[in-house]
Amino acid sequence: MQVLPCPFCGPRSEGEFHFAAETGKTRPDTTRDVSAEKWAAYLFDQTNEKGVTREIWIHLPCAEVFVMSRDSVTMDVLGTETLRKLPT
Amino acid sequence: MTTKYSAISLLREGLRGQSGWSKAWRSPKPGAAYDVVIIGAGGHGLATAYYLARNHGITNVAVIEKGWLGGGNTGRNTTVIRSNYYYPESSALYGLSVKLYEGLSKELNYNVMFSQRGMLVLAHSEPEMEMAARNVNAMQLNGADAILMDAADVRKKAPLLNYSKDARFPIHGAVWQGSAGTGRHDAVAWGYARAASALGVDIIQNCEVTEFIREAGRITGVETTLGPIRAGAVGAAVAGHSSVLARLAGFKLPITSYSLQAFVTEAMKPVIDTVAFSPAYGTYFSQSDKGGLVIGGGLDRVPSYGQKGNLPVQEAVLAGLVEMAPVLAKVKLLRHWAGIVDVTPDSSPVIGPSGIEGLYVNCGWGTGGFKAIPAGGYLFAHLLANGTHHEISRPFDIDRFVTGRLIDEGAASGIAH
Ligand SMILES: Cc1cc2nc3c(=O)[nH]c(=O)nc-3n(C[C@H](O)[C@H](O)[C@H](O)COP(=O)(O)OP(=O)(O)OC[C@H]3O[C@@H](n4cnc5c(N)ncnc54)[C@H](O)[C@@H]3O)c2cc1C
Ligand SMILES: [Zn+2]
Repeated sequence: MQVLPCPFCGPRSEGEFHFAAETGKTRPDTTRDVSAEKWAAYLFDQTNEKGVTREIWIHLPCAEVFVMSRDSVTMDVLGTETLRKLPT
Repeated sequence: MTTKYSAISLLREGLRGQSGWSKAWRSPKPGAAYDVVIIGAGGHGLATAYYLARNHGITNVAVIEKGWLGGGNTGRNTTVIRSNYYYPESSALYGLSVKLYEGLSKELNYNVMFSQRGMLVLAHSEPEMEMAARNVNAMQLNGADAILMDAADVRKKAPLLNYSKDARFPIHGAVWQGSAGTGRHDAVAWGYARAASALGVDIIQNCEVTEFIREAGRITGVETTLGPIRAGAVGAAVAGHSSVLARLAGFKLPITSYSLQAFVTEAMKPVIDTVAFSPAYGTYFSQSDKGGLVIGGGLDRVPSYGQKGNLPVQEAVLAGLVEMAPVLAKVKLLRHWAGIVDVTPDSSPVIGPSGIEGLYVNCGWGTGGFKAIPAGGYLFAHLLANGTHHEISRPFDIDRFVTGRLIDEGAASGIAH
């Protein structure tokens, strides 16, 4: 069992986490016309990096959504960044 | 030298101490240029080379493999062959494959041990029986030999399973495909390799493609760890590493690579003579000719190139097995492993031009491309030889992600994606 870090709860078992998506995609500007190619690339294309990756993960028990950097070959976790912003 | 396998040659070689057998395939040094270079000597790459030579007379072909041939997913899968798919496009594709498998041992003069022992996809509730009936109707319309069975029929096919009313998921019935079965995975790779090599194809192992050679925007060859190799056309059939090669070529694929695990138990007396799959438990198994149970399940849900599996999925698959057939609870595992599978959003493969001139792709088979090796090779060879699709591969072009005409087999294929 691998232990993964949640920025909010700390180290927890891998079964509690959900891989959501790669980082780095920006939703096309829907106030303008978006071509089918652009939508397809946004929806479906993946970098699917071999090696160091940056991904969006969710820790299901606390619902924290965060960025995890990992190595997709060794499965080592390299770090996490919260996406949460404090209320102003 | 004895090259053909037959009862007579077996006898003759037996009498002279097995000294006259020739190597199953040649191991040549890479040439400077080929009409077609195929990257990846898995089943799909090797079958493509074979059909290029046999169907299209193109024999100046090299298959480049970074490891040993068949060492990728082709040598790591649970060997289930079937065509019980929902959509007509899939049915045509996998139906062609089963048909080719049926004649393959003879055609290749190599025993691929295709055993049409049938497959049960279990239904565990009344609503699941209704969905099973719908799937069976679709499969029959597509021409596949699927039938709906009730629990009594299932029990006759596989008495080993758990028919208790108290089971976590009691058995209500199943979708049965009699022409489905298992094959010997290594033999499929070795048989195609041997037949392709005999027709003049160069299979080059321990040679990794590291870069593409381009001229005027067109891909005209590959750089490898054994030097540059020019090509009239390049075909990539590298499964879990498709995105890595796409990146070298400068495009992206709708693919995520995941670990898929499998397990084999110690050998035992025959306990099941069909393939049994329970989508609810997320486990399937069959018994190999050697006697070991071959067990598979769903994907690890973490993108990975690690070729190893995680413990939660192992536990889920094996717990599912024990629920499906409690009598197996004390059976010991012998081996366990994982392969890196190439999963698309609609769980259907991608066959077609890559978008970059000179480069074609055959990938996205995910958890289910062993059954498709003959058809994948047949259709990819057609594409590489003619530059245009065979009508069966056309729907699987990568353009479906732009047109929106996906072939969403995620649910119907029965494998937990
Ligand atoms: C555990 C498991 C169980 C499965 N069970 C089933 C099943 O029951 N039924 C079924 O139909 N399918 C099953 N599958 C899926 C099936 O194994 C695959 O879809 C199929 O084998 C893919 O074949 P391939 O030839 O495309 O890929 P592979 O056999 O993986 O071959 C690709 C080859 O490309 C090589 N390569 C990669 N990069 C490079 C490079 N840069 N240069 C040179 N060579 C390179 C690799 O070394 C590899 O040998 C299973 C898979 C796994 C992992
Ligand atoms: Zn948390």
